[in-house]
Amino acid sequence: MKKLLKSGNPYIWLTAGTLTVCLLMIGGLIVLIMINGLGVFWPHRIAKMTLQDGAVVLGEIAKRESIPHQKDSYRTKLKVGNRDVYGMDFRWVDNANIVSCEYPTESLVFERREWGNMYGFLKGLKQGDDIKPVDLKEMTVLLGTSRALFKKIRRIEKKEIGNINYDMEKYRLELKRLTFEQPTERIQKKTAAIRAHIDALERSYREKEDMLTGLYTRAREKEIVALLADGTEKAMPVLQIIRVYAPNKMGFFAKIGFYFEKLWEFVSGEPREANTEGGIFPAIFGTVMLVLIMSIAVVPLGVLTAVYLKEYASDNIVARFVRISVSNLAGVPSIVFGVFGLGFFIYFIGGGIDKLFFPESLPSPTFGTGGILWASLTLALLTVPVVVVATEEGLSSVPTSIREGAYALGATKFETLWKVVLPQATPGMLTGMILAMARAAGEVAPLMITGVVKLAPSLPLDSHFPFVHLERKFMHLGFHIYDVGFQSPNVEAAIPMVYTTTLVLLFTVLILNLTAILVRNKLRKWYSTTSI
Amino acid sequence: MVQHNIDIKRLKIPEPIVVITDLSLYYGKTLALKEITLDISKKKVTSFIGPSGCGKSTLIRCLNRLNDLIEGVTIEGNIKIDGQDIYAPAIDVTALRKKVGMVFQKPNPFPKTIYENVVYGPRVQGINKKSVLDEICEKALKKAALWDEVKDRLRTSALDLSGGQQQRICIARAIATEPEIILLDEPCSALDPIATAKIEDMLVDLKKDYTVIIVTHNMQQAARISDYTGFFMLGTLVEFNITTEIFTNPREKQTEDYITGRFG
Repeated sequence: MKKLLKSGNPYIWLTAGTLTVCLLMIGGLIVLIMINGLGVFWPHRIAKMTLQDGAVVLGEIAKRESIPHQKDSYRTKLKVGNRDVYGMDFRWVDNANIVSCEYPTESLVFERREWGNMYGFLKGLKQGDDIKPVDLKEMTVLLGTSRALFKKIRRIEKKEIGNINYDMEKYRLELKRLTFEQPTERIQKKTAAIRAHIDALERSYREKEDMLTGLYTRAREKEIVALLADGTEKAMPVLQIIRVYAPNKMGFFAKIGFYFEKLWEFVSGEPREANTEGGIFPAIFGTVMLVLIMSIAVVPLGVLTAVYLKEYASDNIVARFVRISVSNLAGVPSIVFGVFGLGFFIYFIGGGIDKLFFPESLPSPTFGTGGILWASLTLALLTVPVVVVATEEGLSSVPTSIREGAYALGATKFETLWKVVLPQATPGMLTGMILAMARAAGEVAPLMITGVVKLAPSLPLDSHFPFVHLERKFMHLGFHIYDVGFQSPNVEAAIPMVYTTTLVLLFTVLILNLTAILVRNKLRKWYSTTSI
Repeated sequence: MVQHNIDIKRLKIPEPIVVITDLSLYYGKTLALKEITLDISKKKVTSFIGPSGCGKSTLIRCLNRLNDLIEGVTIEGNIKIDGQDIYAPAIDVTALRKKVGMVFQKPNPFPKTIYENVVYGPRVQGINKKSVLDEICEKALKKAALWDEVKDRLRTSALDLSGGQQQRICIARAIATEPEIILLDEPCSALDPIATAKIEDMLVDLKKDYTVIIVTHNMQQAARISDYTGFFMLGTLVEFNITTEIFTNPREKQTEDYITGRFG
């Protein structure tokens, strides 16, 4: 035994074993998320079950599990959809109760803009009191026209009416600003001109509204009738339906095509139905933009701090205290930073900016409320220790001989630092930035009080001058996960979305990091061959 | 027995450019150089030999005040270059370092192109005109006997060169600032004999324009290239004389023991 311990082998096993456990945990985590997240968009078969009491249910089989305390008995969780009819999406069925189970080829999934999926059969198009039968092909044509109509409606709602509202708000604020000034003749003239503008805008607004009403009525005219599993008929406007498909008829490749179509919709679309359906594009956009602004803020802050600490500050008690404090800052709970951001950035600085530059919109705040800028700066504070430590290490790694070489050529301390030391320490700084980005992308708690929202009406980047709107609230993948998984009215149906969103978050962080690593390697090469 | 004769302590030499008088240096409380008195002649090669830790590197680092960078160094006595006390408070250290160039033990080219390495000094001095810089670069590389080897790849990284070439880049870099004195701190200790031979030839050529002070461990090297040689031990200058004298007719027992290889 003693001999074995002395040989050192057990320690190798110990370290290797620990590494294996760590790898397994990380691997397991990713695999679990992948399994749960990647399967969401796969079109599952629709089962039609006849139960012992004569009832017929139609839906996707979501889960099968044994009933506790009863031997050899199972129950099945069926996603029956039709939330507007049944009140809930899922239904448990005891396997003992199932008389027969089949997969009818004609059964369809109606993906709707509201109320989730509907499972059933297509009866036909409603025409007055009659129902004219249609097949899937005709249905596709119908859906095409309704999609074009929907796009038009959305464009009017979001773009045209949005622009009118934007201009109206601008003029309203200008009008208010004018009331602060002395009512000279010039001002009165201006006021009158603005009022005329507002009147014109209001007129065009009413025109658009009329147009919209017309479009909506036209859209609602066409209704289709679906036959549900229990034989009831359900009529709904074609406009409500996004797509209709028959998973039982689909071949493998059709399913793959369908899968990627849905996946693309997920990453590029906007959320629907309290975020439980549709896409998560605004959240991806918000996350990326947040991390980028954070990086822009954190790098100069951290690098300058580190340069002073390492190069200029003498190694006395104060410097050591500062260094320890900076390192300890990394251990402060992130929510504390959130509170600080709320108190300092939002109320103090944001409030100050509002008073100085946006007095006309008070009491409703412009910068004095949560927004992407304040959230980014809060995260920058949170991650600054990482950058400081990495930069200090980068600076230490520059050999004394290189510094002496520069000094011996008559360079001053600053010239040596700026032209020789800093370029060589750049990889260290970028490593710090990469670590900071990884940390910031996953942070949610401080965002919740500095500007993240469940649903942001507009992105922080758009076509209105000045294009970047740093005061706007934003969506974030991390918060989206929390919101969909735990705050949504329909948690059960939303759980697959949680996994998929998590997967997207992981990928986003991965892509951000890979980009930063590529940039670092490029820079490393570049610095070794250019004059800077 | 060591017996210092006043005449030996300060050897009479032609055209002294560096005049060192009673120089003592402490690292904290440790004495590293003890009352060095020594003149160095203009446009000659002067070499310092002696066992490790004898203070020869410390001495040449005093000549361009590179020891200022080390904390806790105190200096007594004085050094005059061109009649100017270089430790006077009014002296501009960066100007001094432009006048007194230095090449280090390990090649330390900057991680930049060959061209940018050579013109670094002129750039720091504020020369930015490309034609002037090109000319300086070519001249310096020619003097460092490297031009023919690298003229086609001036824009590649200096780190891709061999050790000997890197060291010559460092010499060219020092030459490019147009110094009067070039200090070399064991420039060949990391190089093979062929690279060493190239650098030695070059140093002899450099004598035409510059005062060269070289620290070396290699006694043959000192004998081959230098006009004057100083032998150091434990922070003191044991003997300083014309090189041929030192190697053929040393006055001190310690010098004789060292150069005949009895210790060191």
